[in-house]
Amino acid sequence: MTEEIIIAGFGGQGVLSMGKIIAYSGIMQDYEVCWMPSYGPEMRGGTANVTVIVSDKAISSPILHQFDTAIVLNQPSMDKFEAQVKPGGILIYDPNGITKPPTRKDIKVYKIDATEIAAKMGNVKIFNMIVLGAYLKVRPVVSLENVMKGLAKSIPARHHNLLPLNEEAIKIGGDNIIEVK
Amino acid sequence: MGELRLMKGNEVIAEAAIRAGVDGYFGYPITPQSEVMETLMIRKPWEETGMVVLQAESEVASINMVYGGASCGKKVMTSSSSPGYSLMQEGISYLAGAELPCVVVNVSRGGPGLGTIQPSQADYLQVTKGGGHGDYHVIALAPNSVQEMNDFVALAFDLAFKYRIPAVILSDGAIGQMMEKVELSDYVPRRTEEQIRKECGDWCTLGSNRHNVVTSLELDSTIMEERNVKLLKKYEEISKNEVRYEEYMTEDAEYLFVAFGSCSRICKKSIEMAREKGIKVGLFRPITLFPFPTQQLKALGQKMKGIMSVEMNAGQMVDDVRLAVECKVPVEFKGRNGGIIPSPDEVLEALEEKLVRK
Amino acid sequence: MTDQELKEIMKPENIVYKKSGLLRDNIMHYCPGCSHGVTHKLIAEVIEELGIKEQTIGISPVGCSVFAYNYIDVDWQEAAHGRAPALATAVKRLLPDKYVFTYQGDGDLASIGAAEILHACNRGENIVCIFVNNAIYGMTGGQMAPTTLVGMKTATTPYGRNVDRNGYPMKITELIAQLPGTCYVTRQSVETPAAVRKTKQAIKKAFLNQKEKKGTSFIEVVSTCNSGWKIDPIKANKWMQEHMFKFYPLGDMKDSVKDDPESYKQYIE
Repeated sequence: MTEEIIIAGFGGQGVLSMGKIIAYSGIMQDYEVCWMPSYGPEMRGGTANVTVIVSDKAISSPILHQFDTAIVLNQPSMDKFEAQVKPGGILIYDPNGITKPPTRKDIKVYKIDATEIAAKMGNVKIFNMIVLGAYLKVRPVVSLENVMKGLAKSIPARHHNLLPLNEEAIKIGGDNIIEVK
Repeated sequence: MGELRLMKGNEVIAEAAIRAGVDGYFGYPITPQSEVMETLMIRKPWEETGMVVLQAESEVASINMVYGGASCGKKVMTSSSSPGYSLMQEGISYLAGAELPCVVVNVSRGGPGLGTIQPSQADYLQVTKGGGHGDYHVIALAPNSVQEMNDFVALAFDLAFKYRIPAVILSDGAIGQMMEKVELSDYVPRRTEEQIRKECGDWCTLGSNRHNVVTSLELDSTIMEERNVKLLKKYEEISKNEVRYEEYMTEDAEYLFVAFGSCSRICKKSIEMAREKGIKVGLFRPITLFPFPTQQLKALGQKMKGIMSVEMNAGQMVDDVRLAVECKVPVEFKGRNGGIIPSPDEVLEALEEKLVRK
Repeated sequence: MTDQELKEIMKPENIVYKKSGLLRDNIMHYCPGCSHGVTHKLIAEVIEELGIKEQTIGISPVGCSVFAYNYIDVDWQEAAHGRAPALATAVKRLLPDKYVFTYQGDGDLASIGAAEILHACNRGENIVCIFVNNAIYGMTGGQMAPTTLVGMKTATTPYGRNVDRNGYPMKITELIAQLPGTCYVTRQSVETPAAVRKTKQAIKKAFLNQKEKKGTSFIEVVSTCNSGWKIDPIKANKWMQEHMFKFYPLGDMKDSVKDDPESYKQYIE
């Protein structure tokens, strides 16, 4: 099993931390993991992306140009990464702010309206957890149990009171992902 | 089994330094390696092990603080990225001349000039062929994973003290910034002053009645030449004893990638892809860039139909590859510049185009 | 004088002056009349009198005093040009119980090493800095230094230092006295017995400050370079008194302790 993921959006959407949670969950499941961020000025408010690889074998290249799954959270990322999904792969996007939806027919496309759900739940900070839940629903590479363990590892102990809220967001994300045909 | 963590390469350098019993770190912020000092400052090792951590006024000051600390027989280090590493060249030459052990981490980025903050391997020549003035070498270790960022800190110090030589960990922005699973080393206590006197007392300046003097200066050319010869002998000794390399899928290989650091990881992926297409290609990865594994590459390389050096630069290691195989095998080059990491696909394409289809 | 008389004179009870035990027997490479020799002697005497020889580490510069390590019998590190304060910073921080001093000339300290000395003093490194200012580069053959007086002829200002072309002479000691990390900043000289005694007192005070962890102690020794100035030693002393002292007046600029960190908290409160 090897899952090569790109998560891309605006800085501040929690792209890097979502990747980190997947990576940590992978470790909890005894997988090899690699988390490779884009870095530089784009971190400070511009576009941000992170490549996450989870595998049961040693990971070769941390840099990829073809992905099993792309999680796309803004239009510039859609423009860049739709073409980089492997045939038969998955593209998950939040329609909020997307002006040109994906057009490829050789991949599976899913939609998760995480922006709206987060707004309804009254906490925009759980946006990325909703997206994560949606992703795990269609690609259960790691179990929810291990995700929760990974989450506990990747957020500071003083915020552990928020773990139940995050778990709820993950479940809601899973319930709300829609395949686009 | 040591403690398992998910960490960035840069963070691991800091953690490994604390655990290796390092006495002092002196640094200056520069992207993409600032997390090294940031992590140290968060960890506050001065409370835990007594390690000194200081943000210096420049890379020039940092490397000279390293010179001061190393002269005392202390385990001291700095880290920087390419432009900062350039600034340190004078100091590294002095450290080499005075035969001082230390560790310098270069999380390199693209140049020339201010260049880019994205990863690059364009410091290969600067690190392996000198960089500063005078005939000298440093030991150069090239990690290709976060785990090796951890492992090479202690290894670099061991080699530095064994040979009284600066050891450089030549990494790049990709390995510095990426997170992987890492098994951290166990803690090694910092050496006491007594232990340092026992190991280094005949040369180090801890205060003594011996009139120990650490200097690289010698105005008498006859004596200076003797010092040069002594250094050259040391480099020969290192070349004989300390070569490190990795071979990957070379048993049946007809073609060979030669790559270090990040590029070696890219090549492994290209090899997986190539083998699906029936192309028998393997990888030779120099782990020590100085000493370069010349003999080992010669032995392996001469069995190949063709070799391709894959680098994130304009072709710096490729000359060493050609020299190793004595130009008896076609040696091609695939590189990307400007902070771009070649994709596994384009590396494979280059192999097919330049060697397989020929 | 007969042999008997000579033996009488040489009896230990008749000794009125002797070379410091910390001064090694090598013949100094300094030119006759140079101020370095006397300054070295004073440092050696102070270290000997304080009984801290085996706890002292000296950092020598690049310049005429590059070989300072050959003359004073303590452990030494020879720094790259201008970087002595960086070395001293690391040594003192790694060995806080030792005594660390730097010895630099004007080119080394005030030109190429300006950043290192200012930052070490600003951090309040608990070290002693000796700054020998003879307003010229001696070792390289008498070129203009940052402290060269306006109108002074050197190998690179053959018609005299010109402000438009060469900028102003730098009063770096005054600059250093402004830095909160310093506890003691003084300017002395060694051309008369009285001056020598004062300078020795200053050096001793500086080492005691280090013992008491008061901050950086900085001693400028205004000096002659009769070779570089191209005049004989006696005239050089006179020239220094008449011209150098006018621009670089002697005396203490600061004698206290480094700033109290508490007093800096108000700015973000």
